[in-house]
Amino acid sequence: MIITGKTHVYGDNIDTDRIIPGKYTKTLNLQDLADHVLEDLDPEFRSRVKQGDIIVGGSNFGCGSSREQAPLALKKAGISAVVAQSFARIFFRNAINIGLPVIEVKDHSITMNDEVEVDLQNGQVTNLSTNEVYEGTQIPEVMVKILNEGGLVPYLKEYKSYS
Amino acid sequence: MGQTIIEKIVSTHANKQVHQNEIAIVNVDGVMATDTTAPLTIKAFQDMGGEKVWDSKKVFLIIDHAAPAPNERIANLHTLMREFAKVQNIKLYDIGEGICHQLMVENHHVKPGQLFLGADSHTCTYGALGAFATGVGSTDLAGVMLTGQTWLKVPASYKITLNGKLQSGVAAKDLILYIVGQLGIEGATYKAIEFTGPAVDSLSLDERMTLSNMAIEMGAKACFVDTTGLELPYDFNHIYGDDDAEYEKEYVFNVSQINPEIAIPHSPDNVRDIAEAIDTPIQMAFIGSCTNGRLDDLHVAAEILKGRRIHPDVRLIIAPASQKVFLDALRDGTVETLTAAGASFISSGCGPCVGTHQGVPGNGENVISATNRNFQGRMGNRHSNVYLASPATVAASALNGKITDPTTLKEAVS
Repeated sequence: MIITGKTHVYGDNIDTDRIIPGKYTKTLNLQDLADHVLEDLDPEFRSRVKQGDIIVGGSNFGCGSSREQAPLALKKAGISAVVAQSFARIFFRNAINIGLPVIEVKDHSITMNDEVEVDLQNGQVTNLSTNEVYEGTQIPEVMVKILNEGGLVPYLKEYKSYS
Repeated sequence: MGQTIIEKIVSTHANKQVHQNEIAIVNVDGVMATDTTAPLTIKAFQDMGGEKVWDSKKVFLIIDHAAPAPNERIANLHTLMREFAKVQNIKLYDIGEGICHQLMVENHHVKPGQLFLGADSHTCTYGALGAFATGVGSTDLAGVMLTGQTWLKVPASYKITLNGKLQSGVAAKDLILYIVGQLGIEGATYKAIEFTGPAVDSLSLDERMTLSNMAIEMGAKACFVDTTGLELPYDFNHIYGDDDAEYEKEYVFNVSQINPEIAIPHSPDNVRDIAEAIDTPIQMAFIGSCTNGRLDDLHVAAEILKGRRIHPDVRLIIAPASQKVFLDALRDGTVETLTAAGASFISSGCGPCVGTHQGVPGNGENVISATNRNFQGRMGNRHSNVYLASPATVAASALNGKITDPTTLKEAVS
């Protein structure tokens, strides 16, 4: 799977409260989530984001609450992948489970509005604006399978178990 | 090679010997989800083709994050949960019964040595009684509801040895704030933390829960508090790490040197000695949450506020961690003492801590809170500032209308 998009770049420790504030999480309507995504961190994000854009973070992206509404809100808003130097554990699992590709690249110098290509198969991120290539960290085989199925719901619908 | 506590518990549940960084498929002893996460869990479970949960005695739903419902949208999500619980014949704790983590421990739904998953990040709290418990998202939890299993990577462990004895007026909350400040918000990401040492042995279950609760504020996957000295109303087996177990890092702290601590805006690892924030004016004070809403916490606040009245410019809100805590505090006079001092009791639940309702601060206001997170906007308003501290510091600050070191207050009184 190869994903290409323009970037929105944020710093370290972007917590899930800032991705989607707690007061908006109680809903099954994903558009409600997308309408408020990142509103405390970057109030202009919603008017700027285009379908297929990519979020780029520093270290510990998605720390804090276990709310799956955080990756859901990003995905519904049009985000096609999240690239970060590191991820908080629960966010990373949630993103894969709902079929939002995430990739960890330890060092990158991606800036706002760069054009970036994410190659999940080979675990590589290419900054098309600067032609720099970054190596991603490998994810466990089970996560690759879940992501290839489009998330944990289709995975378990198909296989019925983890073993 | 020896095993850490988490390697032992995962091995038992995977039916094979595992060590750190191995992937294991494990049998799960119990799961819980709240009104923030359960609606998505139920939907995912149904979308997976789920009809009956794998074991109706091992699934718990709790309505605590927005309870009672503040609006019709949330009311309808609560209805969805109640209907699912009825059809599935699973235990649901309704509004006011308590905060999920308090209820799981109080009602013995989780026990030492078990492997428990919760769709809430503070599920790591159950490490207070030696269980491996970790937070997951809604879809992961649905997967367990369907299969009774999940996959996980066995984390490496950090051993944190706590020597010495806490000074009078210094609480388990000050201790964990200090440690979060030392390790940082990603200081233990993906790791299991083992707390051990003489300072741990004398801690009550309430205090142990405060300690393990905030392990997630360092990114930890799980936390264990050495069960030496732990008293539970049933028999249990202690699990200890082997002498030759491999720890990725070891820390030693002397807790005798720790003062009241405070996390200043906007991150729980932004921890300072309280002296650095002293006299900051506050408009709202909150005691509650899965971190500090237990009977010990209310007692500490009552001791400070007995016969006194909070500052006229401050609202003090208290949410007991469960109905049982509330009843105990009613019967022993704590609720009366605190109410006479000007505190406002609200229904047991998470509302103010997660910014849902029942105490959202106004623009420019400073809040002192005995909770676990002070990210910008956490309590429902990005234009407010949240300071995290112990219940004693919150009560002393409510009394003076400004951030106050509770140890100096006590000296002034006696």
